[in-house]
Amino acid sequence: MPEFQAPTILLSGIAPEIALAGTALLVMIVSGFVSGHRSSWYLPVLSTVGFALAAALAINSLDGVNELQLSGSVAADRFAVFVKITLAVFGLLTVWLARDYLTRDRLEEPEFYALVLFSVAGMMLMAGAADLIVMFLALETFSISLYVLVGFRRGSLLGQEGAMKYFLLGAFSSAFFLLGIALMYGAVGGTNLYGSAAENQDGIVSFLNGAPVDSYGLVIIIATGLLIIGLGFKVAAVPFHMWTPDAYQGAPSPVTGLMAAGTKLAAFAALIRLLDVTLFTLRLDWRPIIVALAVVTMIVGSVLAIVQEDVKRILAYSSIAHAGFVLTGVLAANDRGVSGTLFYLATYGLTVLGAFGVVAVLGGRDERRVRLADYRGLFYEHPGMAAALSLFLLSLAGVPVTVGFVGKLVVFGAAIEAGYTWVVVVGLLASAVAAFFYIRILVVMYMQEPVRPGPATPFGVLSGGVVALTALATIGLGLYWGPLIQAAENATLYFVTG
Amino acid sequence: MSWLDATIFVPLVGALIVGLIPKGRDAMVRMVALSASLLAFALSLVVLGQFDSGTADFQLGSSLGWVPQWGIRYETGVDGISLWLVLLTTFLMPIALYASWRTERLVKPYFAFLLALETAMLGTFCALDLFLFYLFWEASLVPMYFLIGMWGGPQRLYATVKFFLYTLAGSLLMLAAILYVYFSIPGEPTFGYEALLGTPLSLTAQTLAFLAFFAAFAIKIPLVPLHTWSPDAYAEASTPVAVVLSGVMLKMGAYGLIRFCIPLFPDAARRLAPFVMVLAIAGILYGALVAVMQKDFKRLIAYSSIAHLGFIVLGIFVGVEQGMSGGIIQMVNHGLQMGALFLLIGMLAERTGSRMIADFGGAARSAPVLAGLFLVVLLAALGLPGLNGFVGEFLILLGAYSAYSWWAVPAVFGIVLAAVYMLWAYQRMFHGPVRVETRRVVDIRARELVLVAPLVAFIVFIGVFPQPFLDRINPAAQRAVKQMETSVLPSGGGVARSGGASGGPVAGGGN
Repeated sequence: MPEFQAPTILLSGIAPEIALAGTALLVMIVSGFVSGHRSSWYLPVLSTVGFALAAALAINSLDGVNELQLSGSVAADRFAVFVKITLAVFGLLTVWLARDYLTRDRLEEPEFYALVLFSVAGMMLMAGAADLIVMFLALETFSISLYVLVGFRRGSLLGQEGAMKYFLLGAFSSAFFLLGIALMYGAVGGTNLYGSAAENQDGIVSFLNGAPVDSYGLVIIIATGLLIIGLGFKVAAVPFHMWTPDAYQGAPSPVTGLMAAGTKLAAFAALIRLLDVTLFTLRLDWRPIIVALAVVTMIVGSVLAIVQEDVKRILAYSSIAHAGFVLTGVLAANDRGVSGTLFYLATYGLTVLGAFGVVAVLGGRDERRVRLADYRGLFYEHPGMAAALSLFLLSLAGVPVTVGFVGKLVVFGAAIEAGYTWVVVVGLLASAVAAFFYIRILVVMYMQEPVRPGPATPFGVLSGGVVALTALATIGLGLYWGPLIQAAENATLYFVTG
Repeated sequence: MSWLDATIFVPLVGALIVGLIPKGRDAMVRMVALSASLLAFALSLVVLGQFDSGTADFQLGSSLGWVPQWGIRYETGVDGISLWLVLLTTFLMPIALYASWRTERLVKPYFAFLLALETAMLGTFCALDLFLFYLFWEASLVPMYFLIGMWGGPQRLYATVKFFLYTLAGSLLMLAAILYVYFSIPGEPTFGYEALLGTPLSLTAQTLAFLAFFAAFAIKIPLVPLHTWSPDAYAEASTPVAVVLSGVMLKMGAYGLIRFCIPLFPDAARRLAPFVMVLAIAGILYGALVAVMQKDFKRLIAYSSIAHLGFIVLGIFVGVEQGMSGGIIQMVNHGLQMGALFLLIGMLAERTGSRMIADFGGAARSAPVLAGLFLVVLLAALGLPGLNGFVGEFLILLGAYSAYSWWAVPAVFGIVLAAVYMLWAYQRMFHGPVRVETRRVVDIRARELVLVAPLVAFIVFIGVFPQPFLDRINPAAQRAVKQMETSVLPSGGGVARSGGASGGPVAGGGN
């Protein structure tokens, strides 16, 4: 009788996701036993523990080997770990911001926290997905959670509109993504990104490595294009950005921050793995697409932001422009490009979460004060908040001493190293255009007198703390960014060997 | 850390302390700010004392690791060019702060921004790492933006946004060029200035990179036709801010030309020198002609400043040592003159509430000392021998004549025009029939004399005895001229390194 061999199932690759999903379920279960809204303090506490646990599990596997797990469907590499740690931080900051926000607007419900946990779990899975099907599952997990979160302000028309648009266009983009998977499967015979492991022959990389160059065929190119479209929706690249301003405006500000920070990071992580690892041999084919997307996104995002009157919409268009800047790092398709993109997204996320934190704090009940005119003379009412917001805006504009400048430096540097100096010049000119609307907010805050002493907007320790922390990070990482760029450079992707 | 680094960062520390002072203690804010800037001045005098005038190398700085992954270091140092600009900055800053003594609105942020600006400007002049340089260069933009926008005149928003966008657009182009050079250097990547000198670059690449750097510096200087932000910014800025803006900040542009534009891309610099000189001469003539027609004295100074900086750029690009030395000392001269002029017109505006030339008349009768000081500074600005302006302009014209004989002629014409607008304005304001408004003009007060007297003293001192200044400038000027004659083309003349005054000039193959 042959001895029973227990299969070894490695779970370190999805341990953080499990922790988050488990916490989310726990939140739902516990909330069933606690009645009333008064004692909702356990919700942020539980979520904090969940994110801390996820971060700890991710850090724990930092020194692990780069390998594929779960039948090759999940990559456990340092790249994914870096992204997961960053996402855990984003999630944590979002929850802390949301606590004060939800209490103020009487929206505090367990579903909110559960959905945030689920969405971050989906984003984390996205970072490690080594199979198109897993990638799609991850995409849908965080997207569906976010559709609900965007419409969480049920009483707000803007929230309804944003959620509806986001949902419809999101479903549309998912269809593109699915069609891309189907075509890829049709061409390659598998959906795995790698697939060279002995147990799993039919992967894209093994197909591309095995087949003669001229047999790659149009189908793979079209499939690549469709996958880029699907992910392009999520990162809000032009021309797939239509939902962004409405969804960003309608969503509760902490959620907007999470979308700008987390969704971008997750979708870009998947895009990088797809393009730089799996389809690297086809880079001559996909690079023109990314170059075009980057150029158009940078220009359109920067130009359209100029005419906006709502701070959340300005930041939405700015996030579109930033997607374009990140794409310059992606198109480089070199080591600096990967580390630069990670660095950019991590620091952009902190900055933009801080910015939306300020918006959430100042918006007041039901976010009524989010128009540019409401920020008139902010410096004279809330000097601290005004200073923090200026710091974030200068960072978004890419002014030195802030971390936004370093981010631009590293992604643009990667693009120049790859020989795309002209794209960088376009990007820098777009930054100059973008600077106009950032300093427009500064003008309003500092150089115009307050119309009337608006209602005092008290803010809690937590949201104030998030703003202070992100402001410190914005300037601290701007001056001393060596360790973070080192960490990003260590965040290597799993490549097929042999 | 050296004395130089202490000089750079003392104002920033002062700004942080100012930020921590509780509300309502404005007197304390002023005292702290002034002491910080005076301490920086004292420290810079120590730097001057330690400076060795016998060498063109960078001295007295420090070099610390910062971001090793990208080859970024904290590296500072001064040579004869930056030494005087550092001293000019530390000298003008206490004056600007003391001139702001009466600012009552938002005292704390005002002094904090001015001090932060001082650190940024000093850092710009001392940075020997391109990343560090860019950091300081751009960081100087933000405090200035707030200083014009929050404490300026009625049109301040327009002026400050224009100023910010103009300069930022130029700087971003420079950033692209910096990155390009960074990735072109063979071997270990570094932003170190001396390591990047002699990076082999093709003529096309050099030309493009030169133009990108040049755009940033030309906007800052400002050279015609990129000057349109400057009259607005001057006119709207409060007096002390205008002193800093014209006295020091514009010099950052001219300094950048000498330090980066020419040595990093010498072949392109030689090729484009005629083009730059045409712009410089156009600036001299255009600035002077427009200045003649100005009704607002502050705008008149702004346009005269464009003309004067045209001279400086001309001197830098003629490629002769006299021209280079003249350009460098003229930067200091111009800073002193502009500082004094803005302070004096500020005093007049304070007394009458107007800066319009037509609103004055016969002021010399009620304020003879003020008028006398005004006249001395104006004469210095138009280049009267015995005052500092003459030294610089004479050297520049000498250089221009020896290198390109006929090019000096239109420049000389610029001096004649300067005499026209300066003296005509003086005549209208201080002589002729006494106007009603001018009766109120009382003579200079002791507090105001403290502000202007040191400037005028140095204007006279440099005019009479420029040698101590030129002694320290000349080695660096020689080096700069030699750098311009070097070639860094990848093929042809070979890869010539242009390291210091010891590195001999290599005949260029670029033209």
